[in-house]
Amino acid sequence: MNTWSLARLVALKDLRVEMRSRVVINQVVPFAALVMVLFAFALDNDAALTRTAPGLVWLGTIFSLLVLVQRSFAIETADGALDALRVAGVSTPGLFLGKSIALAVELLVLEVLLVVLAIVLYGVEVQGMGVVLLVTTLLPATTGLAFVGTLYGGLAAGARGRETLLPLLMFPVVAPVLIGATRATEAAFGIDGAAIEEGWPWVGMLLLFAALFGAGGTLAFGPLIEE
Amino acid sequence: MATTAESQTTAPVATAPTVLHTGTRFTRVLGVLTIASLAVLALFGLIISPEDITQGESVRILYIHVGTVWVAYLAFVVTAVSSAAYLWKRTRSLTWDRIAGASAEIGVVFMALTLLAGALWGRLSWGTFWVWDARVTTTAFLFITYVGYLAVRGLGGSHQQRARRSAVVALLAVLEIPLVHFSVKLWRSVHQDASVADRTSNVTLDDTMLFTLMLATVAFTLLYVWYVFHRQRVLTLEDAMDDSGLDLALAERRREGEVAR
Amino acid sequence: MQVASLFAMDVHRHSEPSDGAGPPSNVVDLHDAVVVLGRFPALAGATLQVRRGEIVLLRGPNGAGKTTLLRLCAGLLPLARGEGSVAGCDLRTQRESVRSRVGLLGHANGLYHDLSVRENVRFWGATVGASRDEIDAGLHRLGLDGRLADVAVGRLSAGQKRRTALACLVARRAQLWLLDEPHAGLDAAGRDELDDTLRAAVQVGATVIVASHELERAGGLASRTIDVVGGLAHEVAPDGDGEVAG
Repeated sequence: MNTWSLARLVALKDLRVEMRSRVVINQVVPFAALVMVLFAFALDNDAALTRTAPGLVWLGTIFSLLVLVQRSFAIETADGALDALRVAGVSTPGLFLGKSIALAVELLVLEVLLVVLAIVLYGVEVQGMGVVLLVTTLLPATTGLAFVGTLYGGLAAGARGRETLLPLLMFPVVAPVLIGATRATEAAFGIDGAAIEEGWPWVGMLLLFAALFGAGGTLAFGPLIEE
Repeated sequence: MATTAESQTTAPVATAPTVLHTGTRFTRVLGVLTIASLAVLALFGLIISPEDITQGESVRILYIHVGTVWVAYLAFVVTAVSSAAYLWKRTRSLTWDRIAGASAEIGVVFMALTLLAGALWGRLSWGTFWVWDARVTTTAFLFITYVGYLAVRGLGGSHQQRARRSAVVALLAVLEIPLVHFSVKLWRSVHQDASVADRTSNVTLDDTMLFTLMLATVAFTLLYVWYVFHRQRVLTLEDAMDDSGLDLALAERRREGEVAR
Repeated sequence: MQVASLFAMDVHRHSEPSDGAGPPSNVVDLHDAVVVLGRFPALAGATLQVRRGEIVLLRGPNGAGKTTLLRLCAGLLPLARGEGSVAGCDLRTQRESVRSRVGLLGHANGLYHDLSVRENVRFWGATVGASRDEIDAGLHRLGLDGRLADVAVGRLSAGQKRRTALACLVARRAQLWLLDEPHAGLDAAGRDELDDTLRAAVQVGATVIVASHELERAGGLASRTIDVVGGLAHEVAPDGDGEVAG
């Protein structure tokens, strides 16, 4: 089975599991919404909330990413499916890409929700080219986050004492995405008079990040899930 | 990155090696040089070199800060190169893995020292412990990344499993660190804070101070090399001890089998 | 659909072993194999050979190393010491190639509890390129079509889960079948079905290694018994006395 067919098979499998179990819809989405509300409690200042809204959206995304990655690999380790995948002898690049795609889809849904919440709760606005910039930011940022999450999620999966490693390993690596996506989103929302044009270099950086970790992850995933 | 063709054999070791120290002539000479250069550094750094026109005595922290930051990044590079050497089949050897581990251990310490010294110096001369520029932030991230790397080394398993896993993590860090640096740089360039653009560039150095800075770099590098040699040998001994422990465990396990039959 | 064709080896699915000398007569060949889990030598020097077409029973007390031995043969674990080859692939250097030639039914079922029986078997069948027809026939063979097929695995009984896992194993059409306590949790009908499945697999050239505590049943099934005790493997002579072969 070639890499792309396997990626498709695995991605559909993960999404089908989510459709049946509705864990993301029922648990992670409320969690993300809750985080957005808690930010408001912590910042206690409408002007500050509006100004920092882009950062809060992406912070909320990253916290949700942690939960999503844990879920993504919990379904594999619950009944030894990860071992079975290894015995199946499937190509690990395909496995990596498949799980990344499913994770990216779930993450995208979450991010759209967080942006909507930012508009509703934090008073930001976005129109015209801003929307275009926002969409073109979401895509590479989500892809990059999904690659990193799947990669380190594979490392952290399974053995005792490994799950707590996930945030320690993952968060430093996603920092560039946090920086880039937040700056681009600031430009899209027009925070502090930021112009839309200022966002495009950041989109470029996000694309670079996604490409590098897509390639790196494809190579590294196999060795990391190996015993 | 293939996982086959690793040297999976752990050679049976009849008894634990009775080595009382990890010193050799080379490391003894190196050690003497290190102590000597550190002593001279203390002399120059604390006494002989003059105080700065604007910063006064607090400039002396700079000698530590610059010396340790150089070693921190050197350690990072050594860990990355050793990790690559381990993963490449033709040079695969657990020695590379141990060098990577030893380098990371001392690298983490030097990174902590860098951040500490930098914070103190910043506080004394500029009034702020921290500045959000690319170099400082990247160093902080490198520090955290290495803490994570050392945690991965501690996950257990066979020597080969540890080696392969941490080598992959180290190389991913090579991917990550430039991205962090680049994105922070781009980020801070927007803010155009001239006064914090580069704190170290505002220090005017006379020749003695320059010499002391170079001396610091040399002295700390010698310390690093000396440490890595010793630590790598200790790790080798620890691994050998594990292997002979395996022999004992094997013998016990077999006895269990014999008794049960 | 003929039962035998369900299990027919599809040699085109797997690449041939590197020596190209044709299928070896010894499907499993271990010499003093040592496998370490953490610090513990789960397998302390197992020596055994299994020939093509055999059904071999592994018996031994809990903690003896049967599971580790099966996982080693599946290519999941690295050899710490000793030599071994499975299905013509060296366990030291070609551990990944071993995997596509074997099928493992371990302690865990390897299933996705939120997906239905049919979805699980289709997924695992797809990973080896089995066609829809083959998969559906396999489901039928194990009595999993009909009402059960669309039930989420998480809601099945332990025995039904085991049967589903077996269906996934059947779909793999492996050269070497490795089963870890497969009878546990199955009812009498399930156990009979399992035995028939294993015999049918062997008839088309597969080799089977079963670890089991169900000595009477498995003993009737197996052509040979190997005792695994204390991480070592010993051949058991036909008259039941232990004889050291490894």
